[in-house]
Amino acid sequence: MSSEKPTMIEFKDVHKYYGDYHALRGINATIKAGEFFSLLGPSGCGKTTLLRTIAGFEGISSGVVLIDGKDVAGIRPNHRPTNMVFQSYAIFPHLTVEQNVGFGLRKDPRSKEDKARAVDEALAMVGLAGYGKRAAHALSGGQRQRVALARALILKPKVLLLDEPLSALDKKLRENMQVELIKLQRQVGITFILVTHDQEEALVMSDRIAVMFEGQIAQLDSPEALYRLPKTRAVANFIGTMNFLPAKILSEAGGIAEIEAAGLGRMALNVEKQVTGAVSPGGATVGFRPETATLLFDTQEATDRESMATVEEVVYYGDMTYYDVKLDGTAEPMRVSMRNVFGRPVLDIGTRTRVGWSPGALVLFR
Amino acid sequence: MSERQVRSRFWGSEAFSGLALISPTALYAILLLAAPLATTLLYSVFTDGYLVVIPHFQLCNYIGECRSQLADGTPSPDTYLGAWSDPITQALMLRSLNVSMLVTAMTVLLAYPVAYFVSFNVDASRKSLWLFLITIPFWTSYVIRVFMWNVMMSRTGVINSVLEGMGIISEPLQMVFTIQAMVVTLAHAYAPFAILPIFVALEKIDRSLLEAGQDLGETRFTTFLRVTLPLSMTGVIASVLIVFIPTIGDYVTPNLIGGGKIPMIANIIEKQMLKADNRPLGSAIAVSAMLVVGLISVLFLFLNRRYLKGQK
Ligand SMILES: Nc1ncnc2c1ncn2[C@@H]1O[C@H](COP(=O)(O)OP(=O)(O)OP(=O)(O)O)[C@@H](O)[C@H]1O
Ligand SMILES: [Mg+2]
Repeated sequence: MSSEKPTMIEFKDVHKYYGDYHALRGINATIKAGEFFSLLGPSGCGKTTLLRTIAGFEGISSGVVLIDGKDVAGIRPNHRPTNMVFQSYAIFPHLTVEQNVGFGLRKDPRSKEDKARAVDEALAMVGLAGYGKRAAHALSGGQRQRVALARALILKPKVLLLDEPLSALDKKLRENMQVELIKLQRQVGITFILVTHDQEEALVMSDRIAVMFEGQIAQLDSPEALYRLPKTRAVANFIGTMNFLPAKILSEAGGIAEIEAAGLGRMALNVEKQVTGAVSPGGATVGFRPETATLLFDTQEATDRESMATVEEVVYYGDMTYYDVKLDGTAEPMRVSMRNVFGRPVLDIGTRTRVGWSPGALVLFR
Repeated sequence: MSERQVRSRFWGSEAFSGLALISPTALYAILLLAAPLATTLLYSVFTDGYLVVIPHFQLCNYIGECRSQLADGTPSPDTYLGAWSDPITQALMLRSLNVSMLVTAMTVLLAYPVAYFVSFNVDASRKSLWLFLITIPFWTSYVIRVFMWNVMMSRTGVINSVLEGMGIISEPLQMVFTIQAMVVTLAHAYAPFAILPIFVALEKIDRSLLEAGQDLGETRFTTFLRVTLPLSMTGVIASVLIVFIPTIGDYVTPNLIGGGKIPMIANIIEKQMLKADNRPLGSAIAVSAMLVVGLISVLFLFLNRRYLKGQK
């Protein structure tokens, strides 16, 4: 469904050097119009650099960046159809809130009254109606961020760029703003490109996510695809938690792979849906998410398969308990998360227990 | 609470340690600033005697005609005009204002690009080196620096000999003894004072504001006008005052570069205080000059008040 949307931004083999440092190493990606797109990756992987190549603050060493079908090489930021919400918000301290929001309207041919109305509308849209006359330097962090949003959106850009806009806010406010940003994006229908190093934020907000490591896009997919079938162990580890066990591929035919994994035994996996990655010299690995396995209590039956294990560590979170259990015949403990439903005890360290799991929830990294 | 407790409380209190900390500075300020100022104020309303100041109140040092007392205590037959009534003093005051405004304008206009360059174009690791270089003129005394300009600009000085040697001029140019020469000299002398506050103001500007300006459709130049310049006005205002206030009272440059032919207000104050032995009149002119400078400065601050409001 989303593939029908036209392309808004296209990177073709983009490289960027800072002196000797190779900051972007061959970026190829397409961002669609109206999409909420996130750039996710650890600190220093080049997310900000990539975002700034779109805004025009950073030139590229080779490759092409197309915005709305147009090569933007040499086009200065003030002539690009993009606007940015800076990490520090960059609110002009010498201006009032409405002067900040109206900053980009200087060359707008509309009348003064129309512009003032546009400013009021933009402020109302971000929930700051009536704040126009305030001095910008007297605003709270959350309010600054809204001013920055209004100031960018009032110019009706084709693309809104957001560089970690929520990282300076406290947890509660951040979660509120995440929801508000999603709503706002749906309302205005503009392409949003969000930079974040918070995987949860990216999963919650995005239509698609590009996971970046060391100047390269490791995987570009929908949040669900990224979580279900990460292409590499690095991506699997960066997004949520995944347990890994060494495995052997016994045979592969007709879209079915026969494998044997330590502690789990033999099983058949669907190659298309469950096998990923290029052949690695270290041998294959199977992975599973903590919530796809379950500890079996008393007479509970496994829905699929079960293995014996010993509880090594218990981390109690109130609604959840995380168990680190060692499957018989393996060296490393696996994490299993259990919802604390009423009447279910929390197990002690050292308890022998059965672990229920499904081959269908496993991912094999070749 | 006993008196002893109260006392020990005071000696141990933060207020006391605060006072103790500033007391050397406070003493110094009182002795060297407040006391002479008070003396000058008093002298300006006293009567001039022969080599002494007689504590007899009068306002004619400021306005109207005044008589000094002779050595034998009788009023002198000759009168002199008070500071505000004397056309010569008025003319010198106007000239001083004129010169210092020219100097201020020239210094600040030349200082801004230098400060801008160091703040925006010099590599962060080189900035302190640049600031250090800018302060090099301070390594020699003010008088020597001023005199150096005399060497440069006199009839037989460096500039004239070079120009004559190259055959560009046949007659030496008259540079010393002109107001322009004084302006150039003073502007050079005060340049570092003007550069530093502007530099500090520019350094404080968050660079992402400039990117935001361009992101919102402005060119580099219009971003400068709409963002950088207003945000650096605190520094410009500081520079203006730092240059304007002392140049009005400068008396070295009129002597060395003006050759005494273009006196400014400080020169006439000096003359009254020393040569003419009329300390009450000298004091009255000094106080009047101070008032004029103070008023202009306050007016200037008032006109620029919107730049000085609290900014983060
Ligand atoms: N102007 C610059 N000069 C030299 N190196 C730079 C410059 N800007 C960024 N880099 C380097 O490029 C790499 C990528 O930087 P970038 O700011 O894009 O990282 P990031 O992914 O946004 O990280 P973070 O999450 O910490 O903001 C970093 O290693 C950084 O040191
Ligand atoms: Mg960054």
